[in-house]
Amino acid sequence: MSLSDARRSLAFRRARGVLADIGRFAVMLATTYLGLIAVTFFIGRVVPVDPVLAIVGDRAPMAVVERIREEMGFNLPLWQQFLIYLRQALTGDFGISVLTTHPVMEDIIRVFPATLELATVGTLIGAGLGVPLGVLAAVRRGSIADQVVRIVGLIGYSVPIFWLGLLSLLLFYAKLKWVAYPGRLDVAYEYTFTPITGLYLVDAAWTGQWDVLWDAFRHIILPGALLGYFSLAYISRMTRSFMLNELGQEYIVAARAKGLSERRIIWVHALRNAAVPLTTVVALSYAGLLEGSVLTETVFSWPGIGLYITNSLQNADMNAVLGGTIVIGTVFIAINLLSDLLYRMLDPRTHAK
Amino acid sequence: MTMPILTQHLRHLSAGAALAAFVALGGPAFAGTPADTLVEAFAIDDIISLDPQEAFEISTAEVTGNTYSLLVRLDINDTTRVEPDIAQSWTISDDGLTYTFKLKPDLKFASGNPITADDVVFTIERLIKMDKSPAFLLNQFGLTGDNVTDKVKAVDPSTVTLTVDKPYASSFVLNVLSSAPAAVVDKKLVMEHAKAVTPSDEYKWDTDFGNDWLKTNSAGSGAFKIMVWKANEAVVLERNDNYFGEPAKLKRVIYRHMKESAGQRLALENGDVDIARNLEPGDLDAVAKNADLATTSAPKGTVYYISLNQKNPNLSKPEVVEAFKYLVDYDAIGATLIKGVGEIHQSFLPKGQLGSIDDKPFKLDVAKAKELLAKAGLQDGFSVTMDTRNTQPVTGIAESFQQSLAEAGVKLQIIPGDGKQTLTKYRARQHDMYIGQWGSDYWDPNSNAETFTANPDNSDEGKVKTLAWRNAWDPKELDTETKAALLEKDTAKRAAMYADLQKKVQESGPFVMLYQQTEVAAYAAKLKGFKLGPSFDTNFVAPISKE
Repeated sequence: MSLSDARRSLAFRRARGVLADIGRFAVMLATTYLGLIAVTFFIGRVVPVDPVLAIVGDRAPMAVVERIREEMGFNLPLWQQFLIYLRQALTGDFGISVLTTHPVMEDIIRVFPATLELATVGTLIGAGLGVPLGVLAAVRRGSIADQVVRIVGLIGYSVPIFWLGLLSLLLFYAKLKWVAYPGRLDVAYEYTFTPITGLYLVDAAWTGQWDVLWDAFRHIILPGALLGYFSLAYISRMTRSFMLNELGQEYIVAARAKGLSERRIIWVHALRNAAVPLTTVVALSYAGLLEGSVLTETVFSWPGIGLYITNSLQNADMNAVLGGTIVIGTVFIAINLLSDLLYRMLDPRTHAK
Repeated sequence: MTMPILTQHLRHLSAGAALAAFVALGGPAFAGTPADTLVEAFAIDDIISLDPQEAFEISTAEVTGNTYSLLVRLDINDTTRVEPDIAQSWTISDDGLTYTFKLKPDLKFASGNPITADDVVFTIERLIKMDKSPAFLLNQFGLTGDNVTDKVKAVDPSTVTLTVDKPYASSFVLNVLSSAPAAVVDKKLVMEHAKAVTPSDEYKWDTDFGNDWLKTNSAGSGAFKIMVWKANEAVVLERNDNYFGEPAKLKRVIYRHMKESAGQRLALENGDVDIARNLEPGDLDAVAKNADLATTSAPKGTVYYISLNQKNPNLSKPEVVEAFKYLVDYDAIGATLIKGVGEIHQSFLPKGQLGSIDDKPFKLDVAKAKELLAKAGLQDGFSVTMDTRNTQPVTGIAESFQQSLAEAGVKLQIIPGDGKQTLTKYRARQHDMYIGQWGSDYWDPNSNAETFTANPDNSDEGKVKTLAWRNAWDPKELDTETKAALLEKDTAKRAAMYADLQKKVQESGPFVMLYQQTEVAAYAAKLKGFKLGPSFDTNFVAPISKE
């Protein structure tokens, strides 16, 4: 076998590997989705709640209930209902939400930006403070600073967000009057301001409506900080352990021997290496927040997807629950993919030579 | 090499400082609610449609009441009567079958279209033909999709006749016409938005009567019109300048969806809402102590009860039924669990409806209950379950009942579930006991009398699924008496018949009546003219003003 042959076969094998990867990924994606749809669908049908009641309300006479059941196809065999649903879902039609009377997709497009905006603010706060605090705790291991970070994190883990939400409202809204409540904007703006993307901060800045921007900021900062605090608790703890791991490595000793400044060793050498697993941590915490924090959204009357799905569940509005679950699943898968990509970019070992 | 990092730090630091200053300085720049706008914090997640001929939910009734007019309206000062709304006067034929309504002249809808007899006819036709949840209200008069055009007619632009199938008590017919689903819609406006439909066996008409459009819009002639409804966010009403009655004081009303009692209270205390509608007892207590806030309340047409399924052999014994009525600690429940949100009430008609009685023959009496159980041969007690929604105060009452039953040797297992879940089971008659509420469908004693005392076919195949049917109770002669009361022309006699029915249910019905709901609201003391009405469609916002 000549050298060029060997090289060709290597290239071929590599290409086949990539194809196999893509294929495996596609199969994984398809089964994940099918599983997601199937599980949600069957749970939705198995719960002992009559979906027709959701449509007609508690007080409808039986004749109407039966007629609607017929119209909606709820008396068909379960597998048949599932196939019908699957066919619709594949064309992007998740049906009509009985609660809002709008197509589910339209509803989700309306409520999702609220959650996206909140989760982004939360993650920015969580990562922006959590990483430096984690680094600090790792560098000064055992010091008072480390203990303080630990306690702050512990509180973040163990205190119910519902309680903390109300308490912070009491302090920052009721007593100090620093922030605004409820909802995303004051009523004075709410019905005069037309959103474009649904991300109010972006829309207001884009159109140069500074008073709206300020108002939106005052509304989002408290729930955003609250979510940020919870992701901070997680991110700082993980940063600390990643950093401790890196700081014990030989290359750090080598860097110190070389006479590099401690600051450079910590922030450039160690943190850059810790950043690789940290990306996954931050991405997962972001994805978690994107599912919509039901309790935060409830306490702050924040019209996001968490509130939407919970409310749909309580009202047995299965189209909305299914549609919402699939969208959240998609977001989760997308963020995982993204963090995989980032991982490859940040980790020099995974770079193609 | 450290410089860039340092400057980066500095940049972060200064950004943080700027942010802090921003927040601190920006603090006092708050306004309360705008002077021309009323903001109510209200759990409005029950709204599924704003079409008055489709919707039958509590929050929707309030929206409809404020945005539509009716032929006749409940008289707020004497709720056993009705008063004219868009009808000026009415006459009833001697045979009691034909009602002729004369409309007030020159009235306009919010759209500017004139209100004519044609609109009234269209409204009733629409209600019947669309056949949604509230259609049964007028089905009661013998109106069907096939005969409605013969039975309801516009004689001339200001005269409507309605022909009913039996000589009902006129109070019954008028009371039904005063309920929200009879709200008169603007035919011209609605039909401009109607969609074509292919007729089928289930739905015989070629139009949706504008249903799709009216779900999220309004076509009425009330003091307000609907500007926008965002599900689970807000309903915004705007003053209707074409309103024929006293014009609304405020330009705009916003019902903002807020689920949490504590959140509602904070927003009220801070002036970001003017009225909080869903406060729990603890928050109400706190609000009552605040000089800037005030509370108001009104009894509503909803009664709470525990029912005993007569399919259960133990529960079907008359002594057991009676014993259970002595095993509720009414006093304790009234003083604590339902304080501020309800009043002990032991008859099935809510106070304020024609013929309602206020007798309270029962109190907690374990000894007497034990005696009765012994008489039924159950001195050693028995076990029984009760389906209970996991909301307060229902859960608390169920637990209190569990304790008093235990004292008499009866072991009660509470099966918690969410509303739809327990209701599904209840409708299928698969429960032992159920604790729940019944809200009058319309402001007439027949609504409750029919559901508690009528059951023409007690078999599982029975078509009329009243509460009596759901509990497999055959009310025998009470069924006949209920039907007779519906035809009684003399209003005083009719009232007496309902009083009698209530007493008989107290004696032998499988319903332990608990209490009547009171609606409470807290509001900023600077509001003038805020009052809750006797029903949800009479919680008017038009008279409210600010200072």
